[in-house]
Amino acid sequence: MTPDQKFVAFQTIFRKEVIRFSRIWIQTILPSVITTSLYFIIFGGLIGRQIHAMEGVRYMDFIVPGLIMMAVITNSYSNVVSSFYGAKFQRNIEEILVSPTPSWIILSGFIAGGVARGLVVGLVVTVVSLLFSHLHVYNPWVSISVALLTAVLFSLGGFINSIFARNFDDISIVPTFVLTPLTYLGGVFYSIRLLPEFWRRISLVNPILYMVNAFRYGFLGISDINLYLSYGIIIGFIVVLTAISLYLLERGYGMRT
Amino acid sequence: MTPALSIRNLTKTYKSGYTALKGIDLDVNPGDFFALLGPNGAGKSTTIGIVTSLVTKTGGKVFVFGQDIDTDFGRAKSCIGLVPQEINLNIFEPLIQILVNQAGYYGISRRRAGERAEYFLNKLGLWGRRNDAVRTLSGGMKRRMMIARALVHDPKLLILDEPTAGVDIEIRRSMWEFLHEINAAGTTIILTTHYLEEAESLCRHIAIIDSGTLVENTTMKSLLAKLRTETFILDLRTPLAQLPPLFGHEIRMLDDHTLEVEISRDGGINKLFADLSARNIEVLSLRNKTNRLEQLFMGLVEGNRQRIGVSQRKQA
Repeated sequence: MTPDQKFVAFQTIFRKEVIRFSRIWIQTILPSVITTSLYFIIFGGLIGRQIHAMEGVRYMDFIVPGLIMMAVITNSYSNVVSSFYGAKFQRNIEEILVSPTPSWIILSGFIAGGVARGLVVGLVVTVVSLLFSHLHVYNPWVSISVALLTAVLFSLGGFINSIFARNFDDISIVPTFVLTPLTYLGGVFYSIRLLPEFWRRISLVNPILYMVNAFRYGFLGISDINLYLSYGIIIGFIVVLTAISLYLLERGYGMRT
Repeated sequence: MTPALSIRNLTKTYKSGYTALKGIDLDVNPGDFFALLGPNGAGKSTTIGIVTSLVTKTGGKVFVFGQDIDTDFGRAKSCIGLVPQEINLNIFEPLIQILVNQAGYYGISRRRAGERAEYFLNKLGLWGRRNDAVRTLSGGMKRRMMIARALVHDPKLLILDEPTAGVDIEIRRSMWEFLHEINAAGTTIILTTHYLEEAESLCRHIAIIDSGTLVENTTMKSLLAKLRTETFILDLRTPLAQLPPLFGHEIRMLDDHTLEVEISRDGGINKLFADLSARNIEVLSLRNKTNRLEQLFMGLVEGNRQRIGVSQRKQA
């Protein structure tokens, strides 16, 4: 394939993904908006009033970046896992596998789709958060780059999950038992400085903590974690997961016999 | 002349230890209409899977129009269109979108893909349903849609794995006509089917696989020439009390209105009719007991099984 043809193939997969999640927006975009709105109302509006300022900012303003990040993580992950597994399940993934589209283009197309949904939902949640908080952006480049990299990272995670998944239960196990607990314990609702030393150290093993804090830094200019360390960890994970994804795709794991 | 498909010593052993292919050699000429036949589990779909990269081979070489699928997989894949055995369409997607996307995976621009999609949807009688989701189509429509999808990138080699399974006779015949048409236009076609009548009427060359080995690879004409006898069923106008002596004919009475007769290719059928007329036996109609290719197919497969001792092992 020429570079132009590869670009057409990439565009095709990307467009297909965007059309897919846009067509079923009630299932893909709306739920995160409703859930985060409830968080804003309950944790920010009702309970949040009783909580003192966190790291020098209003509690509502403190949790907004974490909640946006939570929406980005969940949506980028679930977009790829459900779309790719769905294609595997119906076997229409063979449409791409029999074509000359190289593995890295297939991966890029699905990841771009996951990133698009993650960022679209993140943007909608950000707009909704303006109804509840006085959002201030300290460094927009940090916010945008961290959101983008995190969406890439979790799209890759979703891709690997979908390759290993053998049934629909397998695509919900990781989000339920791994992603959700890690997100909740990743400093979305609190600063890890509030934790006892032991739990603070344990929290440092959680990769989501680095993303939430780097993203929060972009909005509020405060973070529990060094910004460069956060970037290093996110990029490191992206490199490793990309290598694993390409290896599995080349081998045709779970798709070729 | 570079073959459209060239297979050398192709082997496949699955993780379970089951050997599906035991060293197959096969050449398909450009422009040919080629039948790949064999009983269930013979290795046909495995062969097709390897050629289309959906199955990983254990050993051997495959070339598509001279392109090695191991080293020139991009160019080799561009030449192939596949209609798989099982329906593998996204049931939620509209037909037009499936075709335009499929062309896109081959690097065809959206505008060109749209034109090609329109052409094939019209050709296969699906244009009126272009915006409908696949799940709303009948079985026959889905089969036609899979043919349109396989052709949308203009492949030089079309592989059809039982394309007419579960399709009514009217649609099957219209699909045959369409396949004839694209073959006449230069597309090489490889067909696997369980309808031997389909293979006999469409294909010029034939290969028969059984138990992972090639038991026959020749032209349809020369294969049918191997048929020494044909069995016919005769329906009689008036009932027969008993079978009269008809010397020189292998004849059985199935009931008082029906005779089964075996005719050798050398003998011809005229003498039989002359003998029947001489005894005032009037024949209303005549038909083949089995399809000619079916007779040969069964003989070849059975012969192969006896040779490799499959039957004995099964009985044991």
